[in-house]
Order: sequence, then structure tokens, then C-alpha cells
Amino acid sequence: MPAAAPIRGRILPGALALGAIGLVMGGAAAGLIWEAGSDWSGAASALDGYLMRVVRFTLWQALLSTVLSVLPGIFVARALARLPAFPGRGAIVWLFGVPLALPAIVAALGVLALLGRAGIFADVLSTLTGDDWPGIYGLSGILVAHVFFNMPLAARMFLEAFNAIPADHRRLEAQLGMSSWSAWRLVEWPAVRVALPGVAMLVFMLCITSFTIVLLLGGGPAATTLEVAIYQALRFDFDPGRAVTLTFVQLVLTGVVVAVAARLGAQIAGEAFLSVSGRTGLFTSGTEKLVNAVILAAGFLFVAGPMAAIVLAGLDADLMRLLGEASVRDAAVTSLVLALLAASLSVALSVSLVMARRALELRRGRLRSPGILERMTDQGAALVLVIPPIVIGAGWFVLLRQSGAGVFAAAPVMVVTVNAIMAMPFAMRAIRPAYDSASARHERLCAQLGISGLARLRLIDWPPLRRPLATAFAFAMALSLGDLGVIALFGSEYVKTLPYLLLERLSAYRTQDAAGVALMLGTLCFALMMFADWASRRTR
Amino acid sequence: MSGADISCRDVRLNRGGQKFSFDFTLASGSVAALMGPSGSGKSTLLDLIAGFETPGSGAILIGGRDVARDAPARRPVSMVFQENNLFGHLDVFANVALGRSPSLKLDERGRADVGAAIERVGLGGKEKRPPATLSGGERQRVALARVLVRDRPVLLLDEPFAALGPALRADMIALVRELSAERGMTVLMATHHPDDAERIADTMLYLEAGTIAASGPVSMFFGPDMPEAFRRYVGSE
Repeated sequence: MPAAAPIRGRILPGALALGAIGLVMGGAAAGLIWEAGSDWSGAASALDGYLMRVVRFTLWQALLSTVLSVLPGIFVARALARLPAFPGRGAIVWLFGVPLALPAIVAALGVLALLGRAGIFADVLSTLTGDDWPGIYGLSGILVAHVFFNMPLAARMFLEAFNAIPADHRRLEAQLGMSSWSAWRLVEWPAVRVALPGVAMLVFMLCITSFTIVLLLGGGPAATTLEVAIYQALRFDFDPGRAVTLTFVQLVLTGVVVAVAARLGAQIAGEAFLSVSGRTGLFTSGTEKLVNAVILAAGFLFVAGPMAAIVLAGLDADLMRLLGEASVRDAAVTSLVLALLAASLSVALSVSLVMARRALELRRGRLRSPGILERMTDQGAALVLVIPPIVIGAGWFVLLRQSGAGVFAAAPVMVVTVNAIMAMPFAMRAIRPAYDSASARHERLCAQLGISGLARLRLIDWPPLRRPLATAFAFAMALSLGDLGVIALFGSEYVKTLPYLLLERLSAYRTQDAAGVALMLGTLCFALMMFADWASRRTR
Repeated sequence: MSGADISCRDVRLNRGGQKFSFDFTLASGSVAALMGPSGSGKSTLLDLIAGFETPGSGAILIGGRDVARDAPARRPVSMVFQENNLFGHLDVFANVALGRSPSLKLDERGRADVGAAIERVGLGGKEKRPPATLSGGERQRVALARVLVRDRPVLLLDEPFAALGPALRADMIALVRELSAERGMTVLMATHHPDDAERIADTMLYLEAGTIAASGPVSMFFGPDMPEAFRRYVGSE
């Protein structure tokens, strides 16, 4: 490929971006190692019964959440697949995408507004149980919230698997007269089985790294996960030694899960059968249609319930008074500024990596295999998925404490950088295909006409990247706005974001205020996600 | 089981603004070729007879019984598609056996019939093979073996050999002709190749724009009385 100079110009920013990510990760690692080294006994003494209980609970709740999300997810997806003409089917599929757009803290509040001690169903449940309804806390609360998030996610992923069944196989199913059970066993299960390990591992991963939901809905040492234990060790027990041990255990755990997922993923291989007919011939009996309709109605109510509760409880709060409060307005401004910065940083880092990866690919040509730098620009961001933000935050927390620098003064920097890196895998997924395909079309022409540098960015790269960048930006901003992980560690009187304020109000039993703030935050994140979705649709 | 006559009586279908109307009778045991440009309605006609489409109005009689509103499995029809006739995770034997029992529950006799059908299409010894290890022609042979164990009087073929080379296509056509003669099945085969039609069929249905533009004995279509529309389609030499 000609024009080596402009290609080199694209590699440098990518290398710098990798360096910045390395600095954030390395700083956290340094903090953890320094702490462990300086107080070896503190870290070692944390290997006790409490740690074992926390590890056991972390795995147990994740396992239960996964089973309770994945199995109903399969049923709901099958009902959707077998009722292609069901009224409101499109609305249900859309609704199942909404939990992804909601911050965990908002969803947790929705569950409380529905099933909490003063929740909408509290009276009914008190009558049913014949006792004062204690509210949904502990394991059951965690499970409800996790299933609220992950059942719709699993259902959507399984629906894709169902839709990938060749239309001709559906016609054969009809012509051979397979019963619903035979169709499941012979036609559908093979497709679901291919998707199952990936979906289950993703849900399991999301649940063992779940922080916000466990913090809000878990209660006491009986229902604490590693991430919440790290937070408590740093913020309440002032026991950094224990935090370091917990962090290492968490890293080992996520590492094992990712390794297992990669192994399972490697075995996933579908057959490349192309569907000839676009129309599926599904012929289901009246009974089966009824059963599927009931399943869909149940799934709909389960997902819509907490969302409706968020809106109802939020509207019940004195929204005008809340908006007038200086603390709310300050938190909103802080949140917006930090989220804007985090989203800008995230998009800048992502674009740098995407461009550098493509430039390295062009430079080496098609015959040689990718070098180490190219692989890092390709996979580096995925590392974030293995290392939860709480772990990075905990590392920096002990580093800043050890070095005598102010922990809380670093809050804005920590929130912006960690949230930016957290959003990178998603941002890169939005940007990379558009950039790579544009590059494949334009590279030779640009080289021949001598278009390079800023002129190329403005004239050639910007137009096809505009919408993917908007998608990535809005997505990163929503993610950052709703995140409670880093700010829970670093938040203080001086730096409060909306999620942090929400947590404060909730801890002070000002539930109505919390519901009002949750509605505002949820609406904001939802709007951003809708915008991101809209922009990504227009790209295609 | 011997064949059954197929009769479409004023069958009308409107699919997203595209209109189809069919009216014809095919005698029991005849072998008909279905030709016409892409989008003329060949697959739609086969789908209507097989039950993958339901007509807006009209009757589809097979052996004198109106099946237009029956579910596909209840119709006396087998259909072979161009691709995806086999389930990739089931071996040859199971794929054929599905024609006898859609839940794969077979008695001794059923198993013997399946084995004989596999033998008949020339795949003896390949019962345990997964479809991915078969050639394109072998896969269609498996589909034909399933037609044999299903034993329905009507066989519909939707361009089943379009993906095969000329020599292999000729072999497969010959096999279909033998099998249909043995069983006396009424056969309707959509194809793009005039020589396929000449080799297999006694009757021709020529479609244009969603309806039958010409029909008659195949000899007429390839003789001096070739209908004008068909001449335009195949290109006159």
C-alpha cells in the first residue's frame, strides 16, 4: 500500500491511546500491589470465613440469576418466534431492549417501588402472606432485579437464534407434521443450543460483576458480593488490606469465567445454510398459540412492571421542589459535565484505536499476520470487560491513599477516565465497521489524489463516521451518567453525581426524593439510548 | 400409493400487491414441468399446493378433495426444495426417517422401509453420515428417499437441482422419473432448464406474471407449434 507517511500519522494517536489505557490500568495494579506489599498481614488476614461466604454468595446469586434469566428467556423467545403475527409483538421486542438503556440504580429503585416495604404491591402481599410485607431485600430482591435486566437480554439473543433457522426447515416442520414438542427437539433446540453457552456466560458475567443492584437490594453480610464487599472495605471499614484481597479474588473469578466463555465460544460453529425463502411457514395449533400468548403476557408484565413503577413513583415525588433544590441541580450539572467529558474521551480513544488498527493492517499487507501492536489496538479495549470498574477504582483508591494524595479530590478524573474506558468496547463496536468499510473504499483514491491529514478527516472520514460517532457518544454518555460504581468509591460532599445523590437520599430513607431523581436520571439515559439507537439505524 | 389429480379452480392470491391467479387440471400420474421467468409465480404455485400459502379465494383439489385450507402436513403432498432439505444435526437415516415419523419413533418395519429407501436412491452404507459430509447431489438424494418413505401421491419439486452441474442434473432427473414411475406419483417440477423439462415431463405449464400463459404436451412446446410467449422466454434460435 502506498503513502506510508499518512498511515504512520494514524498509528501514533492509537499508540498514545493504548498508553493512556495502560496508565489507568497500571496505576490500579500498582496501588493494589503496593498496598499488599506494605501491609502483607492485613491482606492475608482477609482470607477468612467472611471471604468464603462472600465468594460463595457471589457465585450462588449469579448462578441463580443466570438460570432464572436464561430458561424463561428461551420460552419467551420461542413464543415470539412462533407467534409472528401476534398483536403487539413488535412492541414487546422493543420493550425488551429498554432495560439495557436503564441505569442499574434506576432499575433497582423500580423493583423497590413495586415490591419494597412501601411498594405498590406491599398491601396485596401483606394480605396474601397474612403478615406485614417486609419488602423485597436480600437474595430475592437481587434475583428479581437481575432477571429484570437479563431475561429480556437473553430473550432477544435467543430470538435471533430462532430467526436464524432456515425458512425451509420451518416449512419441512409443517409438511412433515411435527408436533410442537418434535419441532422443539428436532428443529429449534439445535439452534438454541448453539447460542446457549454464549448467552449464559454473558449473563453470568454481568451478574458476578453486578455492583449497584447488590448494593441497593442486598442486605448485610448474608447478601454481599465481592464488588460490594470491596466498596464496604474501602468506604466503611477502612480496611484496604481486605479490599486488596477481595479485588484479587474478583479478578481471578472474572478471569476464569472469561476463559471458560472463550473456550465455549471457540466451539460454537454454525452451518452455513442460506435461507432460500424469506417467509416462514409456521403452523401452530390453537392451544399452543394460547400458551405462547400467556407466556408473552407474563414476560411483558414482568419487564413493564418495574418500569411503570419507576414512572408512577417518580411522578408521585415533588418533582418541582426537587428541581428547585440546589443539591439536585448541582448533582445534575456535575453528572452532565462528567458524562460529556467521559463520552468525549471514550470516543476519542476509540477512534484512535480503530484508525491505528486499520492503518497497521494496511501497512502489513494481507499476507503477514497481525503484529502485537495491531492485536492490542484490536483487543485492548475488550480487557475492560474482564476488569470491572470497581476493581480499577479500588486500585487507584489505595494508590492515592498510600501516596498521600487526596482521594476525594481525584473523583472527577477517576469518574471520567474509568467511565470512558468502560464504554470503549461498545463505542468501538459502533465505530469500527463504518471506519473500516469507508477506508476500504477510499484508501487508494486518497493516496492517489494526495488527500491526507486534516483535509482527509474533514472531507473523507467525517461524513461516513458522523452517525456511528453520535451513536458511540450517546451510548458512552448514558453509561457514564447512570454509573454508580466509581462515584460510590470516590464521591464526597464536594463531588456528587445524580446516582450518588440518589444513593444518599435512599440511605437517608428519603424514598420519594430518590424516586423522583430516579425518574429524571432514567428519562435522561433512556433518551440518550434512543438517540444512539436511532443514529445507528440511519447508518445502515 | 398411486397418484392423484391436481386441480386448481380459480385460485387467487394477493401477496403485497402482487396478484396471482391459477386455473388448471393435472391428470393423475402425469409429470409436469413448471417454467417461467423469475417472479412469474412458480414457487408461489408450489407453495399454494403444498400449503405454505393460503389462497384468498378458490379451491385446490387433490384427488377430488379440496385441501386449500388444510395444514401442510395434512395434504397428500411431498415437496423438495432447492436447499435446506436436511437438518444439519441429524444423520442421513434420521433425516429420511422424519418422513415416516415426525417425532422419529419408528418400529421395525419403519426402519426397514427407511433403509430400503436409502438403498433405492443409491446411498446404501451412508446412513450414519451427517449432511455436511455429502455432496449437493447426495443431499438431494436423501430428500428423495424421504419422499419415498412419506409415500404421498403428489410430489412437488422447487428447482431441486438448480445448484448441480449438467451431468449430475441429468442423473437426478432420471432418478426422479424412475421413482415417480414406480410409485405412479403426480409430479410438478419448477425448473429454469428447458432440457430438464424435455427429459422428465409429459406436460408443460408455462407461467408469466402470476398466471398460466400457456400449457399443453411438452412435445408441443419443443415442436413447430411452440407458443409465442415460451419462444420469447427460451430465446428462439
